[in-house]
Amino acid sequence: MAIQLEVIKSIPYFSGLSPNELDSIRELVFEKTVEQGEIILLEGELTETLFFIASGAVKVFKTSTDGKEQILSIVRPGESFNDVPIFDNSPNPTSAQAMTPVVLYGLKKNQLKDAVQKHPQIALNIIKVLAERVRQLMSLVEDLSFKHVIGRVAKILLEHAGDGATPGLRLTQQEMAAMAGTVREVVARSLKTLEEEGVIDLNRHRIIINDKKALEATAAYS
Amino acid sequence: MSEMPVIDQERCNGCGLCISVCTCQALLMINNIITIIEKEECTWCTQCEVVCPTGAIACPFEIVFSNS
Repeated sequence: MAIQLEVIKSIPYFSGLSPNELDSIRELVFEKTVEQGEIILLEGELTETLFFIASGAVKVFKTSTDGKEQILSIVRPGESFNDVPIFDNSPNPTSAQAMTPVVLYGLKKNQLKDAVQKHPQIALNIIKVLAERVRQLMSLVEDLSFKHVIGRVAKILLEHAGDGATPGLRLTQQEMAAMAGTVREVVARSLKTLEEEGVIDLNRHRIIINDKKALEATAAYS
Repeated sequence: MSEMPVIDQERCNGCGLCISVCTCQALLMINNIITIIEKEECTWCTQCEVVCPTGAIACPFEIVFSNS
């Protein structure tokens, strides 16, 4: 499929460029299709191409030595996801996997460098994109390192559980995150931990509290 | 009857990301409107909720005690 000018225009890197400038960027970009579930980038590997999403969604994550996955972001059309290794010439700090069938637009590192020199507006746009990325990651670091989120999630579960006579309030993970003052990814991880400890069971759309005392003990640390 | 994720049609922008992430084909685009169909195979993976850019899909959990 031909590279779509509308997609190039929607990419924050190329915001504010004239139609002619956008056209010159289009000539440099190539398309790559990726199947659902396919690993696009692996942590630790070197990369020569900056990827933007034309369609679909990509999960950016890190994996611990014991196999635990921490999602850092979900990347959607118009966004890029491997800027860091492109600009610091180091290996990928994260892995990326296609959550859906994905169409990527790729731009080679040296061609991006030429484009930046030719169109300084791109440099300003890149600074803005990276600043937004730093802000988002700072928020995630704060949640993961300083807050006892698991305790607050435990408290939310206890407060909203049905008592058998009256049904409990139904909550999405996003709503629990908003209540706990954290992000959805951290709630998902907290629920997983509570399930691994046998305190709760995740049974399709039900969260079943197996061990109320253990959950109360966890909530006490919030 | 199987419980299914809930779609807020007013928030949905019709991008279709939820359709491509769904592994049990429970989501369809009919006349530009995302429609959900009942599927026993839906595991409540919540990926449709995760991927939605406008927060139009909700996979709410009912919280219960094991003896209730």
